[in-house]
Amino acid sequence: MQISEIEKEIKEEFELFDDWTDKYHYIIELGQKLPPLDDQYKTEENKIRGCQSSVWLHAYEKEGRIYFEADSDSTFVKGEIALLVRVLSGQKADEIVKSDLGFIDEIGLRQHIAVTRANGLASMIKQMKLYALGLQSRVEK
Amino acid sequence: MTTHASIEKVKPFDVAEARKDFPVLFQKVYPGSKGGKLLIYFDNAATSQKPQVVIDALVDYYSTYNANIHRGVHYLSQKASQAFDEVREKVRAFINAESEKEIIFTKGTTESINLVASSYGRKYIGAGDEIVITAMEHHSNIVPWQLLCEEKQAVLKVIPMNDSGELLMSEFEKLLSPKTKFISVVHTSNSLGTINPVKEIIRAAHQHGIPVLVDGAQAVAHEVIDVQELDCDFFVFSGHKMFGPTGTGCLYGKQALLEAMPPYQGGGEMIQSVSFEKTTYNALPYKFEAGTPNVADVIAFGTAIDYLGALDRERVSKYELGLMQYASDQLEKINGVKLIGTAKKKAGIVSFVIDGVNALDAGMYLDTRGVAVRTGHHCTEPVMKRFNIPGTLRASFMFYNTKEEIDVLIDGVRKAISLLEKK
Repeated sequence: MQISEIEKEIKEEFELFDDWTDKYHYIIELGQKLPPLDDQYKTEENKIRGCQSSVWLHAYEKEGRIYFEADSDSTFVKGEIALLVRVLSGQKADEIVKSDLGFIDEIGLRQHIAVTRANGLASMIKQMKLYALGLQSRVEK
Repeated sequence: MTTHASIEKVKPFDVAEARKDFPVLFQKVYPGSKGGKLLIYFDNAATSQKPQVVIDALVDYYSTYNANIHRGVHYLSQKASQAFDEVREKVRAFINAESEKEIIFTKGTTESINLVASSYGRKYIGAGDEIVITAMEHHSNIVPWQLLCEEKQAVLKVIPMNDSGELLMSEFEKLLSPKTKFISVVHTSNSLGTINPVKEIIRAAHQHGIPVLVDGAQAVAHEVIDVQELDCDFFVFSGHKMFGPTGTGCLYGKQALLEAMPPYQGGGEMIQSVSFEKTTYNALPYKFEAGTPNVADVIAFGTAIDYLGALDRERVSKYELGLMQYASDQLEKINGVKLIGTAKKKAGIVSFVIDGVNALDAGMYLDTRGVAVRTGHHCTEPVMKRFNIPGTLRASFMFYNTKEEIDVLIDGVRKAISLLEKK
């Protein structure tokens, strides 16, 4: 599936919730279901430091597509990661780089901007795109 | 002004009555969420809510006498100047300073500390000198001194604390030496709630002739401060933590020290006369107040001081400590909850961690129930490092909070644990 299609799917899922409490619970549930990252990837190098939680992000390339695996000490942040992984993992690098991830706004996550600042959602996305760029250039060489 | 006159003098403390002064408390948050949740505001150490009289003072200023001050010959300017100048006397009386010249308006505690570090530090701190702070300082009482130390090749020394979050006073004595040139200590810790023995620190420091700055940001709303009795050399605090607007604050300094210090920033108001050859500076306190001051907010800050002055401070303080004690007792009954900061002398701040539950996740869960707490390191990263934790949940109380609200917090913490605990 393409990035835009998966985003649409997520938006439809979130339309079922009419309030933030339900969305919070759903994101926590996604976080609890996300498989933990293998310890060998929980390195300082893979760590994205937020103000209130840490994220470990591991990326690899396989047959021209980029795959992501990630983990956090916060279950809520893991839930956010689960959404991002679902949208971006397994896509082509150039698609990842040019994605605007509008779903984050539309499902009402952006309004919790203080949280975003705290958990480094923005730096997580930036890092995913950087990995995609780096892995892509390696493939092209 | 009518807003000032409407504040009545002392009445018996009644929380329901006190709450009526704070319009923000009467609302539901997340109104779209099944009718919303009644707001329970436990983030008072970050900023206090504002009583209606303070809000009215701001509106009154902008609606009826907004003008630049001290230079205008016209009616509005004179009225605004007078209202602004009156606040300096209110602040002086509030902390019992000797003279209005010792009261410098700043935009808050952070700016006050930076002013002292820059101005006093520039003149009096040299290579190899030592500056002493405590292990529980807010970043705003660490970084300005680090910047100074870097510039002057001076050394920062830290008074350590025990596992309860109390300063080790015997270690403090050992830190003092002829190299010690300045001490800057927090009165009440924002992340642990510890009330430090600042008077004792000041007395010991003065025996060695060392000046002391006290960071009173977390103290002023909760206890009566008398700078002459403390005998501190500098005392700094913010208006917004004591019912005033953001962007207001104060630097108190002993007159002789302030006279000797060079100006901090240059501009209008702080000068006596300017020429390209030589500029002379204005007298205290104006020497340290360059540019148009924050007239509106300072005037409303004055109203906040009036508001505090009309309260029975001792009674209010007892009530707040009661809330802290109740919350601590209830939290300690919950399996897996550990209080961080259990000093014998504490203010109305309760910091805690939960086994196997991330503080951010729990804080967000409480928020969905309308309970506003703070999570994280509270701008005191070294404190978190000392206790070997990434951060805490913090509930900080004001007299407008109630036991019933604490019950909602406790219930929320229990539910957060069952939802979030990692099995």
